[in-house]
Formats: sequence, C-alpha cells, structure tokens
Amino acid sequence: MAKKSYRQAINEALAQEMRRDPTVIVMGEDNAGGLGAPGEDDAWGGVLGVTKGLMPEFGRERVLDTPISESAFIGAAAGAAATGLRPVAELMFVDFMGVCFDQIFNQAGKFRYMFGGKAVTPLVVRTMYGAGFRAASQHSQCLYPIFTHVPGLKVVLPSSPYEAKGLLIQAIRDDDPVIFLEHKVLYDDEEEVPDEPYTIPFGEANLTREGEDVTIVAMGRMVKFANQVADGLETDGISCTVLDPRTTSPLDTDSILESVEETGRLVVVDEASPRCNMATDISALVAERAFGALKAPIRMVTPPHTPVPFAPELEDLYIPSPEKIGAAVREVMEHGA
Amino acid sequence: MSDAIQAVTMPKWGLAMDEGMVTVWLVEEGAPVAAGDELLEIETTKITNVFESPAAGTLSRRLVGEGETVPVGALLAVVAEDGAAEAEIDAFVESFRAEFAVAAEAAAESVAAEPESVEAGGLAINYLRAGTGEGVPIVLVHGFGGDLDNWLFNQPALAEHHDVVALDLPGHGRSAKDVGAGDLAFLSETLAEFLDALGIDRAHLVGHSLGGAAVLGLALDHPKRAASLTLISPAGLGPEINRSYISGFVGAARRKEMKGVLQMLFADPGLVSRDLVEDVLKYKRLDGVAGALETIARAVFPDGRQAVVLAERVGDLAVPVQVIWGRRDEIVPPAHAEALPPGVPVHMIETAGHMAHMEAAGEVNRLIAAMTG
Repeated sequence: MAKKSYRQAINEALAQEMRRDPTVIVMGEDNAGGLGAPGEDDAWGGVLGVTKGLMPEFGRERVLDTPISESAFIGAAAGAAATGLRPVAELMFVDFMGVCFDQIFNQAGKFRYMFGGKAVTPLVVRTMYGAGFRAASQHSQCLYPIFTHVPGLKVVLPSSPYEAKGLLIQAIRDDDPVIFLEHKVLYDDEEEVPDEPYTIPFGEANLTREGEDVTIVAMGRMVKFANQVADGLETDGISCTVLDPRTTSPLDTDSILESVEETGRLVVVDEASPRCNMATDISALVAERAFGALKAPIRMVTPPHTPVPFAPELEDLYIPSPEKIGAAVREVMEHGA
Repeated sequence: MSDAIQAVTMPKWGLAMDEGMVTVWLVEEGAPVAAGDELLEIETTKITNVFESPAAGTLSRRLVGEGETVPVGALLAVVAEDGAAEAEIDAFVESFRAEFAVAAEAAAESVAAEPESVEAGGLAINYLRAGTGEGVPIVLVHGFGGDLDNWLFNQPALAEHHDVVALDLPGHGRSAKDVGAGDLAFLSETLAEFLDALGIDRAHLVGHSLGGAAVLGLALDHPKRAASLTLISPAGLGPEINRSYISGFVGAARRKEMKGVLQMLFADPGLVSRDLVEDVLKYKRLDGVAGALETIARAVFPDGRQAVVLAERVGDLAVPVQVIWGRRDEIVPPAHAEALPPGVPVHMIETAGHMAHMEAAGEVNRLIAAMTG
C-alpha cells in the first residue's frame, strides 16, 4: 500500500468520486487557477494545491474557479446541492465563514427539516482551520464548535491521511450538508492509504490507543499529540486510551462514555477557544452521564481565550502542546493518590 | 561457528511487523528445552503468540527482558548443546549482535518482500510469494473474510524450506472485489487460473475454512494440480456453519460489533487486538467489499447452511489428504471430520478454535511440513 500525504488523500478522494459520479463538482477560489491567463490552466489547485490536477481531468465545467465572494459561491453550492448536484465547495479558510453564515446555517442546514424531509442537500464545504501556520488571527481559528452547534449540519475533523480520504468520500456520498475541516498543518503528514475508494462512517469514534488508566479525547491535529503523549507515558506505566471522535456532529457519545466508565479519568484536548468548545461539551456529557465512574476531576487542555497570536513564540505557547497534555494526564493520575 | 549454539531471534509475523515485545518467558535460563517447546510469548501491535524453540539443548542465555521491545531479527536467546563452553556462548552472542547491527542497517535500505498482483480469470489477484523458489510450491488459501495475512505465523516458517505462495481470494484483501456467482465453483476455478498465471503445475494446497472447501474443489476438478491437501477447519465437509458468525461478519460496521464477531474465531478471545479489529474494518470499508461478502455468503452458505458437501468425494483423491481441526472451533463443527472416508488422518488440536494455524501455529506448521516433505 502506498504512503500518501493528507493533501494527496483528499485530492484522490475528490478525483475518485468525480470519476464515479458525474454530479460531483468542485468549486472555490483558484481551485483550478489561472483563469483568463493563457497557458496557466490548473496554476493553483486551491491556495495550498489540494485540488491540483482535477481541472485537466474533469474540465472547467466541473472544477469552477469562483470570485472572492464566499456568500455568493457557498450560496450557489447550496442551491446546486438542492437541485441535483453534489458540490464540494472550498471555503479557503474557516475564518471566512462569517460572510456566508446565512447560506450555511439558515439555508443548507435547514432545507431537509423545513421542506418536511422532501429535499436533500448533499453539499460538502471543505475548509482549512487551525493554528501553527504563522498565519495570524484571521487565518488560524478552529471554528468547528460553531458548526457543531447547528442542527442540520454534519461536522468532520479528519486527523490523518487515511481518515481524510475515507471521511471525505463518505461526506460526498452523504445527503446532508457536511462541513469538512482540514487542519493546514497536517497536509504533508503521510501514512498508508488504500488506492481503492472506501468510506468511514460518521458518528463512530476511532480508538487510536487502548489503555486502562486515562481516556484522552482529542480531535484533528490534537490526535497526533495525544498519541505521542500516550506512547511516551506507556513507558512510565500510565496506559491511555485515545479517542478521536472523527465527527463532532454526530458525536459518538457512547464510545466516550464507555471508555470513561472503564478508565475513570478523562482529559479532553481541544484546539478551539475554550468557551463553548468540544472540550466543554464532552466534559459536560461525562459529568452528567458518567459522574459516578470518575476517579478524578475532568481536565481540559485548550488554548487560552485570546485571538491566535502572530508572534511565533506566542503562537507556539497558545497551541495545546504534548507537554501540556502529558501534564494534564499526570495530574488526573495523581489525584487522590 | 558450529550448530552447537543456536540463535533464537525475534520472528517476523506479517508484513507490518518490524518489532515485537517479549511479554513473558516460559522457560528459565539454564533449563533444558526440546525443539518445539514453548519458549516465550511475543506481542506485536496486532497479536500475541507463543514462540517455540527452534532447537534442542539448554536455554543458556535469555537476552531480552519481559516488557522489552526489540526489532525483528534481534537476538532473544541462545540455545546451546550440553557441554558448550560459556566463553564460546559469549563469543557467539557478541558476534551475532555485531553482525545484526550491520544487517539491520542493510535491511533498512533494502526492500522487504512485497505482495504482487497477477491477473487470473480476468481478476487482479494479490499474492505474497516467499521462500526458496524451488520444488513443488505450497499454496495457502484463507477463509471467508480473511486475507493472506492470516498466514503470518505459517508462511515465514514454511518458507525456510519451500516456495510458499499466499493469496487473497477474490472479494478479499487487496484482490479484485468482483466475485462472479460467488460460489465454490467460482473460487476453485479462480484458484486454478491463479496457478496457471503463476506457472504452477502442481502445488501442496493448504486451505482454511472456506479456503479448505475451495482447494478441495480444485483438487477434485483438476486432480493433477494437487500434490497434497491440508484442510484446516474446512468448510465443505458437512451442512452446518455458524450462521451468526457469517451474518455478523457481513453486517458488522462498528468496532465493538466487529470485535465480538472476531472473538468467535479464537479459543482465546484475548487474541483479538484493537489493530486486528481495525484491519478488518479497513478492509470492510473498501468499495465493493460489502457486496462481495454478501454474494459469497448467499452462494456458499444459503439460509445459514453449507450449499456443497464434498466429504464423501475426498476418497476419490489419489493424493495424500490431512485434516487439522481446533477442538474448540465454534464456526465449523469439528464433528464434520467424522464424515471423512476412513484413512484420512484427522489432527484435533485441543486448545485451538477456528484459527488453529494462528493459535497453534507451531503444530500446524509441523503437520504441513510433514505432508510436504
């Protein structure tokens, strides 16, 4: 099996679904690139090259370069989805969602419910998120808790190349609007990814480590950190389960609760701002439904409640680090000891 | 260096294994051992298994502690003939370790044996070939829902003295997912075409479960292709099959369900690790797999019964046949062995379930080696 990067895995998922299903189209800012400049077709493939190569194979009819007007093209994608296509629209940075809130929340997310189940909206919005890219406050946020908050949307956070391909194919085949969030620091990560198309179901957490002492719930890039921490603590005799929910909506609450019932200790790692994020949501879930199983207070590892800093030293301090995760695990282990 | 001192090294169980952890030693240092005695338990990310002594003598050195992880090929222990001098053993260990360091560096740069693909009957069939490349090859055929990795404890051991080919049946592993009618005739015929494609005229056929029925069908339809038959917990000898296993395997989509289903395969359910479950789920997520499994299950096990029973026809075969069964098999009843014509040797392994070639690999390897010469 060949090793592929997160970027290649996403590109392959798009290409395979476009081959399989002629209603799948791709649109976004410079998704092909070079429009109007002779000899420069497919110049960009999106700002980080994820869609490169799609336009030469599928043509400008199915790979659309859009104006820098998110409210227009996300709205167009929602309409296309409601009328028979399966658009995959690229909202370059999730930070730009502010200008297309209405199209996503009030339109795409509500069609099925408000039309009495008679309409489907097979829309995928791909978007980059996350800090660590030296891209400053307006291009570094983790806004997935906001989408998770809205009923009618599915929210996907692939944590590795294998996950990215299977979850994106599932997203494209899904009949509901899906927000597919790609962590920009993961694009060059590599692992073995099957050449064949495959799907990973939504709402089932991935157990990336299995242990007895502590449950670490982490998503996106934080899964990688949590795995590192779990492997490091193993040699000190602390065995951790690492749960990657994969999708924050639907959320696999059963796997989280079952794991905490077994370990009695919970650390939630979330790169999103600390108020009303997945860490608070999952902590509340466990406090409400598995309180009796807890042997120590729940610990949340999150950034501080500030914009993502631009100064590299501050940005590095801002992001939940393996060291902070490790310290949180040791703290819950030492509680009452 | 004489054979009086033998190295016990970390085995390579499957393509993905590059290191293993010693979980527990079963023999004290200085104690006598016979070839085939259980020496220690080794855990990989996928599975835990016992490792047997390759030689007889005294376990004169245990070089890796319990809980330690070392790379494949690293020295675990030394078995020395009685009378071997301590200094000679120390020199052996030192020289082995020096050579291993060099070899490990070279291995890091070279490419290990990789599965290949060949077209058979219009289908891409994935297979792994290992061993001497000489003599009549041994061909290993897995069961329903399995793949060539099921032979991870067998292929490397058998490959020391034979040319050994393990394949993924259509609809399985990394082979094409088109399974035609999905019946036994289709599987046997694909096997025949696979042998053609590799230029193998005759082979020692080893089949597990559904693969057992498939190689039996192949030997009956093409008697000249079989040099011998080893059937492990084979289908095709009686009407019963554990229908909740078949429907569970086809239907399970989530980790927990899948784990419960896979645990039915082993006498020791602890053998079903997180990685093993994840590998099966990864396979089941591939496009086309669900349909392939449903088609095969419907054709071979309609209404939860085996469609084809070949037990009586085993007597028609002119080549040696042996049957190996785990007494604790919960998938195909060991009692089916009673339907075989007299004279067919049946080896019951008391401690194993449906996967005797994994749970009692040493014994199964010895039985296959005895059959194949």
